[in-house]
Amino acid sequence: MTADSKSDRSSDKAAWEPVIGLEVHCELNTKTKLFCGCRNAFGDEPNTNVCPVCLGLPGSLPVLNIRAVEYAMRIGLALHCEIRPSIFHRKNYFYPDMPKDYQVSQYDAPINVNGWLELPDDSRVRIERAHMEEDTGKTSHIGGGGRIHDADHSLVDYNRAGVPLVEIVSAPDMRSSTQARLYASELRGILVATGASDGRMEEGSMRVDANVSVRPAGTFELGTRCEIKNLNSLRSLGRAIEYEIERQIGLVGAGDKVVQQTRHWNEDEGVTVALRSKEEAFDYRYFPEPDLVPVVPDASWQAEVAASIGPMPAERRDKLAGLLGPEPVSRARADQIATVVEHGLDGLVTAAAGAGVDAALALARTSNEASADPDAARRIEVASFVALLRMEQDGKLSATQSKTVLAEMLENGGDPAEIARRRGFEALDTGSLATVVAEVVAAHPDEWQRYVGGEDKLVGFFTGHVMRASNNRADGKAVAAELRRLRG
Amino acid sequence: MTGAGPTDLAAPGARPSAALDIARDVRSGSVSAADVVDRYLGAIDEIDGELHAFVTVLHDGARREAESVDLKVAAGGDPGPLAGVPVALKDNMCTRGVPTTCSSRILDGWCPPYDATVVQRLRAAGAIVIGKTNLDEFAMGSSTENSAFGPTRNPHDPARVPGGSSGGSAAAVAAGLAPLALGSDTGGSIRQPAALCGVVGMKPTYGTVSRYGLVAFASSLDQIGPLTTTVTESAVLFDVIGGQDPMDSTCLERPVPRTVSALADGVEGLRVGLVSELVDGVDGAVEARVREAAETLAGAGANVEEFSIPEFRHGLPAYYIVAPAEASSNLSRYDGVRYGLRVDAETAESMNAATRAAGFGAEVKRRIMLGTYALSAGYYDAYYGQAQKVRTLIIDALAVAYQRFDVLLGATTPTTAFAIGAKVDDPWAMYLSDVCTVPSNLAGHPAISIPFGPDDSGLPVGVQVLAPALGEPVMFQVAAVLELGAPVLGPPRVHAR
Repeated sequence: MTADSKSDRSSDKAAWEPVIGLEVHCELNTKTKLFCGCRNAFGDEPNTNVCPVCLGLPGSLPVLNIRAVEYAMRIGLALHCEIRPSIFHRKNYFYPDMPKDYQVSQYDAPINVNGWLELPDDSRVRIERAHMEEDTGKTSHIGGGGRIHDADHSLVDYNRAGVPLVEIVSAPDMRSSTQARLYASELRGILVATGASDGRMEEGSMRVDANVSVRPAGTFELGTRCEIKNLNSLRSLGRAIEYEIERQIGLVGAGDKVVQQTRHWNEDEGVTVALRSKEEAFDYRYFPEPDLVPVVPDASWQAEVAASIGPMPAERRDKLAGLLGPEPVSRARADQIATVVEHGLDGLVTAAAGAGVDAALALARTSNEASADPDAARRIEVASFVALLRMEQDGKLSATQSKTVLAEMLENGGDPAEIARRRGFEALDTGSLATVVAEVVAAHPDEWQRYVGGEDKLVGFFTGHVMRASNNRADGKAVAAELRRLRG
Repeated sequence: MTGAGPTDLAAPGARPSAALDIARDVRSGSVSAADVVDRYLGAIDEIDGELHAFVTVLHDGARREAESVDLKVAAGGDPGPLAGVPVALKDNMCTRGVPTTCSSRILDGWCPPYDATVVQRLRAAGAIVIGKTNLDEFAMGSSTENSAFGPTRNPHDPARVPGGSSGGSAAAVAAGLAPLALGSDTGGSIRQPAALCGVVGMKPTYGTVSRYGLVAFASSLDQIGPLTTTVTESAVLFDVIGGQDPMDSTCLERPVPRTVSALADGVEGLRVGLVSELVDGVDGAVEARVREAAETLAGAGANVEEFSIPEFRHGLPAYYIVAPAEASSNLSRYDGVRYGLRVDAETAESMNAATRAAGFGAEVKRRIMLGTYALSAGYYDAYYGQAQKVRTLIIDALAVAYQRFDVLLGATTPTTAFAIGAKVDDPWAMYLSDVCTVPSNLAGHPAISIPFGPDDSGLPVGVQVLAPALGEPVMFQVAAVLELGAPVLGPPRVHAR
């Protein structure tokens, strides 16, 4: 770099290109742990799901959970990885929440390698590896400020020790915090779709670390990176990366160097703080775990696992878009589709469309109303949902009434016709609607003249009055149509 | 194992077996297990003060187990092939509710909440755990002097070591304090003390005996095996403890060969390779006995030929990389957090350091440091990686040897029992005690040491029979012939009446 070019590269953001790679740990939702028969469950009484193996008692030995291997393969297959014969290594370091003071993990022979993930913005992020490892226990620091430095004492819960994890390592292919969020969100959808993980960031069943570096725009050599930990939501992931990009640009723009570090995201203060630098990094002294044998998934096992996974989110989104017609979907519709697929409610839309309900209507009700309570929506009877949409489409219920009935169905279940009857819902027939509209127009001559003169926003004014006059039995769209018809 | 009584198993003309006699008599009801246990407990109480073979004696537990065996016999049930036979366990095998110390301060007082698989199998066979025996701390040593609870003495000469690390088990069997014992063999820790104490010690093929509940020293080398007075007992005990275990992933899936039936087959026509590296350079008296053993086999119809396996020379250095490397990781868990010793300090790190400083002895610390160094970034390839290559070389060389020979023969140890204190300050001299035994561990192959007469001072000499993986039947076949042809070894100076 010449002196001139150096002076050009100020802290101007456009002069620098961020480079981001993500390491995502996800807990597999197997019934039992990775190396023993203890329950794999979140939120149980501390130290109740433990045995000699996951407590690392002297003499105990690990036995690999085959179901966990299958789940890891599902993730690999969904990410277009190559599945390879793999072995486990020991990663040695002392920490009180690690029962054996080494973690059993895959090192230079991971089960899944060389895959990719396509994002909804059509960019593709390469997956370097997705390997299996065991989780650690959980330490709570008691007394003082609740941090390890000032705590009075610490308690360790080993329920989580030995829970199976898959760590998915992306290539440094992302260029913005937005893209990183998109990646994490899409990956989450895939994890859930494979059935291998809950992907819940808030419960820690999906944990994201971000590797961030910057380099002069237009160059290819990677800058010195920092790894950011403690990102507990997509929001903090985005904020932390933004902060880190600016911090690094500030450093290099001023002619300083980025020091390779592990940094902690402080959510409250909105900053990343250095945890340790490369020089202080642990020497993990990896070596092959002698207590386990290699995992060699043969072709027929791989095929069996491949057949057990359903379609991935991208394919499901395409299918919903296809239901709406051949034209490209609008941004708003695309968002609705993404929401429906994210919550795993696409079955409602496809069933309704298959039964002749307008796909756009089904999509709207599923993404807006049903997705407000996805757990309840997954329990709802598909036939009842379809019946409700039919009533709305046939004009037997207004949109507002339909939403009210759906809300009740989500809360208590039940038959939509029955609920509508009980609530006295009955959409106005076309003749009655025309009468009410005519009465409202007659009662507000000034507003009507302004509307006729071109003040379109007065549609809302008239609709409101018609709604009140009809006890909400009128359909908003039908009112607007009648108004337009009267205006001529 | 059910059905055939143990007396049916002994080869014709085999040496008298206390264990098989006990099992026969207890099964027939002519002797009660309770009486047997009392007799052995009495002997331990009488003379173990001098030997210190035991770390823990299970007076109450053994009597309780004996009663339940007797009840079973009285009820007409099958009490198992080892009914009422007391067994001594090296104190690195987990016993539920009974202290398991590894002869280390760091585990002093720890009682496992579970039984090792071998302990379950012994119980199922009707055997009675009579006590836990002394060892070099965490099985690291060749003399049992590295025990935090003091050394064990050799019954043939209490001024000398019993060998190690299963010195307590070897001494207990030699002195008649237990008819059978289990030890663990990582680099010779069953065979070397067996040789020095004049008993039979056998290391099985890696993966034939479950390691579940064996406190790990070096996981890829450790294997549990029998220490007994006779070859037949060794085979019977191996058949009882061996076999696949779902709790140990490194257990072989293929069935473990039954060995007892092979004992009487003789060696007519067998090809025996006398390994130059296991004869040359050992003490003159030991070498003389090994050559005599070769003659014995030749006399019994075997074709004996001397054969060199130069790769064996690299065995010891490779072993002293691999074993400490694995140990450095296996012993990390003794951190004061969950069990065993804790020395309190301000932070978790300093508590951890203080606990390990106080809890481990010098040899354990030395090996943790060696192993940590060998696995360090930048040194891994030069040490651990290189040692694993040596391991492959030895396996390949043995594969070539076993194209020509059915079994191999050599010394078990370079010397007979040495004086207590003679080598404690010279680790390298001590490590050399394992030079003849480590190749079998590195290869995962079985080997057995059989007493073959005394040296000039009347101390026991051991000869070793090596066999390929799962070659236990042919190994025992040869061992049985050697046992019958062995020169008479005088009784130990310290022995139960």
